[in-house]
Amino acid sequence: MSFYIDTKRIIKIGFVNFWREGVVSAATVLVMVTTLFVIGSIVFAKASLDSTLKQIEDKVDITVYFKSGISESDILDIRKSLLNLEGEVKEANYVSQEESLERFKQRHENNSLITQSLEELDNNPLGAEINIKAKDPSQYEGIANFLKNSQDKYGTIDKINYFQNKAVIEKLTKIIDSFRALGFGISLILIIIAVIVMFNTIRISIYFSREEISIMRLVGATNSYVRGPFIIEGAMSGIFASIITIALFYPFLLWVNPIAESAFLGINIFEYYIDNFIQIFALLLFIGVFLGSASSYVAVRKYLKV
Amino acid sequence: MIYFDKVSKIYSKNSVAIEEISFTVEPQEFVSLVGQSGAGKTTLLKLLLAEESPTNGKVFFESVNVHSVSKGELTEVRRKIGVVFQDFRLLPNKTVFENISFAMEAAGKTDEDIKNDVPQVMDLVGLEDKGWRFPNELSGGERQRVAIARAIVNQPDLIIADEPTGNLDPLNTWEIINIFKKVNELGTTVVLATHNKGIIDSLNRRVITLEGGRITRDDKEGRYIL
Repeated sequence: MSFYIDTKRIIKIGFVNFWREGVVSAATVLVMVTTLFVIGSIVFAKASLDSTLKQIEDKVDITVYFKSGISESDILDIRKSLLNLEGEVKEANYVSQEESLERFKQRHENNSLITQSLEELDNNPLGAEINIKAKDPSQYEGIANFLKNSQDKYGTIDKINYFQNKAVIEKLTKIIDSFRALGFGISLILIIIAVIVMFNTIRISIYFSREEISIMRLVGATNSYVRGPFIIEGAMSGIFASIITIALFYPFLLWVNPIAESAFLGINIFEYYIDNFIQIFALLLFIGVFLGSASSYVAVRKYLKV
Repeated sequence: MIYFDKVSKIYSKNSVAIEEISFTVEPQEFVSLVGQSGAGKTTLLKLLLAEESPTNGKVFFESVNVHSVSKGELTEVRRKIGVVFQDFRLLPNKTVFENISFAMEAAGKTDEDIKNDVPQVMDLVGLEDKGWRFPNELSGGERQRVAIARAIVNQPDLIIADEPTGNLDPLNTWEIINIFKKVNELGTTVVLATHNKGIIDSLNRRVITLEGGRITRDDKEGRYIL
């Protein structure tokens, strides 16, 4: 018996049933839209959270203050050895004595006492600095120790502000890590709930067809011939639901974008949606089709025992 | 063709559906099973279709033990048996034509065969112009005709009918019985379960009488006696 004819008939029956069951199909699609909307929202929330945490991480840095009068080449040597710590140091920016004086003046231009006392000094009281950004906040301690122990042989380093800010940096690192873990946990729970709700919806819709399933078996249809159309229907619900969901995100994100931009740092979710449209749609489509057909497969099995 | 060998179906101690039943049905016979509700008629037919399994004993169809075959082989067996139920059991969201053609499609018949055979069968049961109706748009008699058409369209060796006229008026009852007679004359074995005295008495064929899960009579040209 030809596989081709069977497949063709199964697909046709699936399409026709999906159409004729009208209200039931629409309800299934609706529930699936809810599921996919939750999953899509998690994708967008994760993008926002990631970019926010990234930005916070970027704000963390440590500065090495050198004693005044250290030659520029010595400092640049230290900078070079820092940059050699591959996998740890992302940036190490050299700030010369003059630049650091300029910055200091700028920062305190409204404070007449400081500007006045600066003017009374003949030479530059500030030393040069190196500004270090690590790839990961947890690496600052290692970098600071590296500087203090191996590089400061001649007492060139005045201070490293890591040791003042240690508590704050550690706290921030912990907060960032726990936000990531929390985000992952919440996403996981939401996804599990959404999948269960969808699976049950499909199960109920197939429960109403249990009589039909046994009739089909009794008139001589094989298990796969009975099951096939249900899987097609499930997959079709997934296709429709993913199209509706990706379309719904357009107005939704347009509305939510200004609110989100002030709550999270930097990221424009709407642009993120437009830029990654294909990938997000493909993800929703895959999840929709997979969940729809897999749920049908499992749900029909129960009634195929006749 | 059909052979029941000391078959029992016991749900629980107080609920024995049939007990130690043995009988044989030869090809092209027209056998009626009679008995009151609860006598075990439906259980007997369900066992033959392997819709339920027996507690004891064996059921053979064309020398195949229907309870010890694989699912695939069982499907093959079922394609040789056409079934008609009291409550029709049509597929509600398929048209008359599709309900009948479904049995052929499931059996893997070609599209040409389907186009040929379905209208012929619809003619035979008197549904020529109802092909595009859905089951809920038909009368009881018409629905039962669809069920019969579905049962005979694959030219089965055996037709099983479980109270096929239970929900029908007298006129439709006679027409349905006449269809079964016609099918039997064309060479198909028919097993008919019923408690309609009139039908049995006028058929004048073999009658197996069940009472409390046991066979009490088996007459060659029987009448309805309880």
